[in-house]
Amino acid sequence: MNARARLLGAALLAVLLVLPVIASNYVLSVATLILYFAFTGQAWNVMMGFAGQLSLGHSLYVGVGAYVAAAMFVNLGIAPWAGLWVAILVCMALGAAIGFLAFRFGISGVYFALLTIAFAEFTRIGFDHLQWTGGSGGLFLKVAQREQMDLLNFRGPPAMYYYAILVLAAGALALCAWLLKSRAGYYWQAIRENEEAAQALGINTFRYKMLAVLISSAMTAVSGVFFAFYYNNLFPEQIFHISRSIEIILGPIIGGIGTLFGPILGAFVLTVLADSITEVLAYFGVEIPGVKQVFYGVVLLVVVMFLPHGIWPTLARKIGVSK
Amino acid sequence: MPSIDLITNVVVAGLLTGLVYGLMALGLSVIFGVVRVVNFAHGEMMTIAMYCAVALFGAFKLDPFLSVIPVAAVFFCVGYAMQVGLINPFITRPEHSQFMLLVAVAIIMVNVLLMIFGPSALNVQVDYQLESFELGPILFDKARMYAAAMALATSAGLFAFFRHTRTGKAIRACADNNLGAKVVGLNVKHLYALTFGLGSACVAVAGCMMILLVDVVPSLGPGYTLLAFVIVIIGGLGSMPGALFGGVLIGVSEALAGLFFAPSAKSMFGFALLIVVLLFRPQGLLGRKA
Repeated sequence: MNARARLLGAALLAVLLVLPVIASNYVLSVATLILYFAFTGQAWNVMMGFAGQLSLGHSLYVGVGAYVAAAMFVNLGIAPWAGLWVAILVCMALGAAIGFLAFRFGISGVYFALLTIAFAEFTRIGFDHLQWTGGSGGLFLKVAQREQMDLLNFRGPPAMYYYAILVLAAGALALCAWLLKSRAGYYWQAIRENEEAAQALGINTFRYKMLAVLISSAMTAVSGVFFAFYYNNLFPEQIFHISRSIEIILGPIIGGIGTLFGPILGAFVLTVLADSITEVLAYFGVEIPGVKQVFYGVVLLVVVMFLPHGIWPTLARKIGVSK
Repeated sequence: MPSIDLITNVVVAGLLTGLVYGLMALGLSVIFGVVRVVNFAHGEMMTIAMYCAVALFGAFKLDPFLSVIPVAAVFFCVGYAMQVGLINPFITRPEHSQFMLLVAVAIIMVNVLLMIFGPSALNVQVDYQLESFELGPILFDKARMYAAAMALATSAGLFAFFRHTRTGKAIRACADNNLGAKVVGLNVKHLYALTFGLGSACVAVAGCMMILLVDVVPSLGPGYTLLAFVIVIIGGLGSMPGALFGGVLIGVSEALAGLFFAPSAKSMFGFALLIVVLLFRPQGLLGRKA
């Protein structure tokens, strides 16, 4: 990190810190969404970007994390600060089970990706029929009193959620920066580039791939808990859906897979893009369903075709923050 | 406990639908087996074919069995063009990059359909949809029967093409040993494009048949993509009989799950089966060990 990068980083952090004071509620909700995707994308990036294990089923951890904490809160009256830990443990157990099965049986690449989808879909249908959490009818939290701050139950004004996700996103960035420079981080990158070579060097690839899955699933569980308490309603059909998993991974891929700022930049670009398409279409009075997503798809296509490594590596060189 | 007759009827219906699933999956299997690119827009292509059949039926009262010919021809050309224009440059890129490309294509496809046809369910109505053959206590839906026969015939044609024609053998050579195929002077890019075209044509036929059995909405796409994957993995990636066998297996298990449990739980069995197969027989039930 050079001086210029530090300066830009500090300026960005300053803007983010005062944002609730200067921005409208709309801007704040968009910023919350961006940070949510940045955090979740960072979590996915640990598995794919660092260790090279392509998961297309991260909606599983978001969904289970969200459902565990929300169901404990709604059905048992347990505060989310306790539910959070249960959610993390459950998701880590799931991640461990999937990782163990896949890595023990030597499943990798496309097959591993399909296995993760299968687990997410299987769980989606399971939750559709689980009456304790409301089945396919959904699970609802009482809408937060926007003017009252109830930190114990994680209910409060939009600014509270904003700061919570800001702390999470910043924490995830710091954690990932540390991880990437740790022994495990280097092992992961070796595994990502060439697993057989890594194994030949004496790296216990099974253990380190498991570690990546565990960290990633734990982080994603946290984002699920945030999702539940921010949006207040959960439907298996939505939260576990494959399109959710894709939504999570678009940010890091567009931003730059395996980079630290990629997930953040990608989340920003995609969210702002989606919102500005909506605005532009509304301005011209276009109201055909699907137009927005077509634009979105085209932009995605163009980025994937012409910026194979994502936006961040190119941008970082342009603004002179990378070596 | 449902009666034996009912169960037999449900199994027969599942088996026939499964053959159409199998043809859809066959397209995916052929593409992956040769080009080694996972077509994540496969189910979306299936829904496009279904809409084509609906549109042709609406405009010219064209029976889906006749629509098969123009739709498959157009799909073949579009598939060829897609491989040449979009996918060939991505052959050497990492998997996630290819995946993103096809996801973007799939998003565009679903939403263009939504723009043109709207979100409501569409279908075609032909008189033989209400008729059936009787064989003792078993009823064979005529539409389902014909659709399954068409799926079998198309698959047989594809088998014959790959086994007996020079081009088919050349494509198999590409799949077996890419470098070797280049060394003996095969135009690999052209053969890849042909393969993608053929895979697309399979989907076109499957889609035209499927519209006789179910209504179509744009959001069906991702579900069909997953279904095709489940079938192909269970049957064995790259194994052509495996795709049909997997299709039948999934068709029957879906039908039985719908009968014994909730219809909404039907795809759960497919995914459970997929997980078991991936873990214990990753090459698929009829696949060869890599």
